[in-house]
Amino acid sequence: MQNLPDFILIAVILLNFFLLGTSRLGACVQAVALQGALLSLLPPILSGPSVHALSLAGGAFCLKGIVIPALLLRAIRKLDINREIEPRLGYIPTLLLVALTTAGAFVFGDRLPLLAAHLNSLVIPASLSTLAAGFLTLITRRKAITQVLGYLIFENGIFVFGMLLAEAMPLMVEAGVLLDMLVAIFVMGIVMNHINREFSSSIDTDHLNLLRE
Amino acid sequence: MDLFLTAIGLLLLSSLAGIGCRRGSRLWSRTALVSLLAGCLLGLAAVTLILSAGKPVTLRLPWPVPGGGLSLRIDGLAAVFLYPALLITAAGGLYAEGYWPVTARPGSGSWLRCFYPLLAAGILLVLTADNPVLFLFAWEVMALAGFLLVVTDRNDEEPLRAGFIYLAATHAGTLALFGMFALLATLHPDALLLPQAASLSGATTTADAVFLLALLGFGLKAGLMPLHIWLPGAHAAAPSNVSALMSGVMIKVGIYGLLRTTGFFIDVPAWWGWTVLGLGLVSAVLGVAFAIAQHDLKRLLAFHSVENIGIILLGLGTALLGRSYGMPAMVVLGTAGALLHVVNHGLFKALLFLSGGAVIHATGSRRLTDYGGLLRSMPLTGLFFLGGAAAICGLPPLNGFVSEWLVYLGLFQAAGHGATTPPVALLALPGLAMTGGLALLCFAKVFGISFLGASRPEMPGHEPPASMLLPMGVLLAGCIWIGVAPATMLPLLDRAITAWLGGTADHTALAHLAPAGEISRLALLLLLFAGLGGLYARPRKGKRIPISVTWGCGCKLSLPRARYSASSFAEMIVGFFDWALQTHTSRPTDRTPFPAREPFSSHTPDGVLDLLLRPAASRLVETTGHLRRAIQNGLVGFYLLYSALALLALLLFAGQ
Repeated sequence: MQNLPDFILIAVILLNFFLLGTSRLGACVQAVALQGALLSLLPPILSGPSVHALSLAGGAFCLKGIVIPALLLRAIRKLDINREIEPRLGYIPTLLLVALTTAGAFVFGDRLPLLAAHLNSLVIPASLSTLAAGFLTLITRRKAITQVLGYLIFENGIFVFGMLLAEAMPLMVEAGVLLDMLVAIFVMGIVMNHINREFSSSIDTDHLNLLRE
Repeated sequence: MDLFLTAIGLLLLSSLAGIGCRRGSRLWSRTALVSLLAGCLLGLAAVTLILSAGKPVTLRLPWPVPGGGLSLRIDGLAAVFLYPALLITAAGGLYAEGYWPVTARPGSGSWLRCFYPLLAAGILLVLTADNPVLFLFAWEVMALAGFLLVVTDRNDEEPLRAGFIYLAATHAGTLALFGMFALLATLHPDALLLPQAASLSGATTTADAVFLLALLGFGLKAGLMPLHIWLPGAHAAAPSNVSALMSGVMIKVGIYGLLRTTGFFIDVPAWWGWTVLGLGLVSAVLGVAFAIAQHDLKRLLAFHSVENIGIILLGLGTALLGRSYGMPAMVVLGTAGALLHVVNHGLFKALLFLSGGAVIHATGSRRLTDYGGLLRSMPLTGLFFLGGAAAICGLPPLNGFVSEWLVYLGLFQAAGHGATTPPVALLALPGLAMTGGLALLCFAKVFGISFLGASRPEMPGHEPPASMLLPMGVLLAGCIWIGVAPATMLPLLDRAITAWLGGTADHTALAHLAPAGEISRLALLLLLFAGLGGLYARPRKGKRIPISVTWGCGCKLSLPRARYSASSFAEMIVGFFDWALQTHTSRPTDRTPFPAREPFSSHTPDGVLDLLLRPAASRLVETTGHLRRAIQNGLVGFYLLYSALALLALLLFAGQ
């Protein structure tokens, strides 16, 4: 039972690899959902089953594990887009980059001036590597839906980082972050719909570069 | 000093006179003109009074600007530059009444009358400033007023282009001057004032850096050869009285700066002198070569400014070498030649620009090929132009001869009895002689093509009004006066040399080294012979002068268009200098006995600007454009990558 948080965090890191290594969008959404659900278990485990922690966990589980993935899966079904074809960077190089950033996260996490209680925990490396994975998804993938997934992964990384402050973090802050996410997902959904309508049967964000000058 | 400040105030008043007046009203232009002339006369009186008092006059007032102070100083060196500045400002101001009347051109005429006195006031302030910040302030006023004057005529695209090149060049120079003054401040304790003459040691690396920065900053303003890029375009595009002020006075401010800066140092390294001498030689010879290849009257005159700056630098280089090798006679003669040429070039170049402007005013064209036989319709202008041309070629009995003669004397000292200078300096002599010869050829071309030959019916020309002729007459009188009685200039030059060398150093009086009296006698004799010759060759009653086509090519054509053109006249010399000029010629290729109609054209690009800077600049713009397009490619992913990289860099930086 003592090792459970570490298992969860390692699972989160492995899910990062899976996310960046697969081209099937449905699987990606499910992986993100799993990641969010796993993470929502962390607050009560780490800081004990208080009302605060439980409500945090419940809210996160509902939103990240159920509502948002359901919305995304529905979008995929409706738009009939199953695969991320032609990412900006191939899958193998992306995986190599994830490996590099994860290793870097571990090295960097060791050098941070942390409290003694957090010294050997996996929280910091997991958080940093998830942030990096989110960044890489945003950078290397073209589809609007994978962009959304990138933001979700990013948010997961921030959530892990928040674990260090689980006791101190007010409920309202976390609720606000989750609400932001939800709104962002809605906006992205609208954007996706518009891209799809404008550039028939594609949700490629590369079409959205007319404003660069 | 109060008088001098009043003079500057009057100039500023003249610049601002238009506030409250109707745009283009005659009242405005009259007020501005009266104020300008009063300011110039008052300034002349002030400088004369200060000089007659015998010692430099200073003014020290606080100025709440960091490192600034309202410190002015008028000494002999400044006076040599102030006299032509005031005279030419007045001449140009009066000239504008007929040349660019406000009644005919309300917009640009008002513009001209607003910024012309401002340019003059800036020049006066630069020449007297004794505080680095004040100097730079006045320098910028002068530079910006110059830019605004170059773009006076906005019906055309050319002035704007020339103006922006000028602006870029002058700001590059100002940058160098900022560096120079910063370095200078480390060398002497009182940063509020410029150093006294001969108060700093020149044998340090900082001194070398100061010299190089001064050469760059002041050289860009003076227009010495590789740095002359802005000069032909700006002089050609500006109104003629502005060209006269810029060419006659403003570029000399660069020479003033160079003189002042080198004067700060007591022991001058020899390579300074060699550098200045070499640059002077290049400017003189190539300046006149480029001038010969021009077809545009004002561009041609502008390149002659480069040539004359070269001659001035030859004098300055001689003086610097004399200081390094301990040859006082070289110092005195070289400086005197350079300074007198500053005055002389101011006079005759202003005269040439004004009379050239009268020709342009009358014909509406700047192309030499469009002129012909103008002497018949505008004899006085022709006479003034001829006077200026003879002066610029260094022909006695006019003033150009005297100053070039002083430079010659200075250079001859390098090989004279007991000389310690390496005789290599003598190599500048044939260069100077060649410059004079080529200038003569160039002005034979200009005068011949424009004023002689058959008249062009489509370009009749007419004599300009008196307000334009009077300034030219005054300037020509000045040229003749210095040419005939150079001895009257020697005390002023002596005073300036003392100021340059520092008050302590005693130098041989110029009158002992340069027999100016001989020049006067010679000049008078020459005038006498010329007069007698003219009397003998005068048109007698009853004797008809046969009139035929002057430049007839030996061909019996009565077409006034069939004659030597500016480019054919200069073709041989342009061929000699092809390695430097890179003239593009497109000539007829049809060699059959009955060739079809074919055009001929030749164009000489500016070596530094057109062949070096422009391609380099466009390459730079292209590369950075590609780079920007690659960086700002519109893909959100890349922007995220940039922020991630920035974050990473910050983390690494903070982790150090």
